[in-house]
Amino acid sequence: MSYVIEIDGLHKHFGDVKAVNGISLKVKQGEIFGLLGPNGSGKTTTLSMLATLIKPTKGTAYVDGHDILKEPSRVRAAIGFVFQEPSSDDLLTGKENLYIHSLLYGVKVADLEKRIQEAFKLVDLTDRQNSIVRTYSGGMRRRLEIARGLMHQPKILFLDEPTLGLDPQTRDHLWKYIKKLSTERGVSVIITTHYMDEADVLCDRVGIISAGRIIATDTPANLKKSLGGDIITMKIKSPNTAAIRRLKYVKKVERSGDILRLTVKDSDLHLQELLKKIGKVESVEARSPSLNDVFIKYTGRNIEDNSAEGGWSQRMIQARSRNE
Amino acid sequence: MSELTGLYGMWYRELKVFMREKSRIFSSLLNPLMWLVVFGTGLGSAVSIQGANYQTFIFPGILVMTVLFTCIFFGAYIVLDKRIDFLKEVLVAPISRTTMFFGKALGGTTDAFIEVMILLALGVFFGIHYSVLSVLLTLLTMFIVAISVVSIGLIIGSFMNSTEGFGLIGGFVVFPLFFLSGALFPTNNLPSWLAAFVGVNPLSYAVDLLRGLLLNLHTYNLWLDFSVLVGFAVVMVVAGTLAFRRLKP
Repeated sequence: MSYVIEIDGLHKHFGDVKAVNGISLKVKQGEIFGLLGPNGSGKTTTLSMLATLIKPTKGTAYVDGHDILKEPSRVRAAIGFVFQEPSSDDLLTGKENLYIHSLLYGVKVADLEKRIQEAFKLVDLTDRQNSIVRTYSGGMRRRLEIARGLMHQPKILFLDEPTLGLDPQTRDHLWKYIKKLSTERGVSVIITTHYMDEADVLCDRVGIISAGRIIATDTPANLKKSLGGDIITMKIKSPNTAAIRRLKYVKKVERSGDILRLTVKDSDLHLQELLKKIGKVESVEARSPSLNDVFIKYTGRNIEDNSAEGGWSQRMIQARSRNE
Repeated sequence: MSELTGLYGMWYRELKVFMREKSRIFSSLLNPLMWLVVFGTGLGSAVSIQGANYQTFIFPGILVMTVLFTCIFFGAYIVLDKRIDFLKEVLVAPISRTTMFFGKALGGTTDAFIEVMILLALGVFFGIHYSVLSVLLTLLTMFIVAISVVSIGLIIGSFMNSTEGFGLIGGFVVFPLFFLSGALFPTNNLPSWLAAFVGVNPLSYAVDLLRGLLLNLHTYNLWLDFSVLVGFAVVMVVAGTLAFRRLKP
């Protein structure tokens, strides 16, 4: 069996709120699969159900071949979970946290010390292993929790917004670790994120999720290709849209006020002609499509419009990652 | 086997946290020492009960009180675990909810035991004369009391989402159990309404049993005391495992 996760019509309703509203998808062995969507779109709820922390309202899923409803403990033995919120004990040292985790997951006592040292090495925390977690920075704590999620060598690793609140450098570091896990150890990774670049750079395949449903699943490259071209944004008072629409390579024309948004195939070849036909332009920007454009195509919304609940620091970080 | 190592892991964590916060040990001992030294001396200078110095008389009751406070409020750590998401980390581990409950319960019992040992050692200054047997039986009694009361604390904790709420409910449980246990007064000559309240409080039997063991003073039959305590422990532990089964992250 080449699929490590098979989700079949999963629902989770909280009262009237349909947090997860019929998700079906399959994740292959050894791939990094990203669930991309705004806050509140049902990403964490989906992971929680897969990890048997909460029960689905309807539907089920198979994790490592085990039904999450019928064999929850087998499912839990196969997975590692790194939570969105810090979940290490900040009164204990890093090493004590890993030690306790290993005991809970039944790691053989003979292997314990070796595994712990490997895990610390992987996340570059070897020299801080005996410090109390309270003295760690946010990034170090995240790395500790990722190391912990790997201690028992799970076949499947769930990462819930793993880089939320991390500085760009630590984030790049983490991406490397995650890639290494999937390529060298064949660990399948399910990651939730609302960062476009994270999904784009890190994930083999991405499922775009909005309002509890998966609206598109493919590789980041294919998703972007599905838009049919590059994005050209212009600031222009009176565009000659009729002339533009006649051009074969113009796939889509959207206008809101002064801003004109075109989807154009091979924009670098045709920009000159476009500008000639459209009239006097105040400014113009051409770029390759991002996953955000894909999100807009399917939902008509910007992925980051929805993240008000993220709080001040999160929005700061989002702003920073956008500006990179 | 993995359930056993899991149990050990749960217990180890509680012990480590307890040992790291040295202030917790001292502050938990301050309260019983105030009762013994200040209240005991103060009232003891006027009263002696059934031939025993008042300070000596309340010593078994103060042991029970110490266990009661430590164990009930140990349940608040479940609430804190929910806050820092450590609970999710445990819930997602491949150990059963029963193991999880026993790990926590043994952790709280151990905390209480460390305090009880220190108090027992100090007992010689409060006029307690020990024999090997009385010490062993006292420890056994304290274990049974601790595991019952820690179960109550954990049950409350499993239902609560805030430490403030826990403090409120905890106080609501702790004070009646303490004052109606006969920890501070003899129970053999009470008006009937108070005797009824004391009679339905399981901790009265703990105080009575300890007083019997340490001072040879008791109201009830010691076997009755012991049976009531064992029954109480069984009921609370079962209720606790059930409460943990429905525990949500």
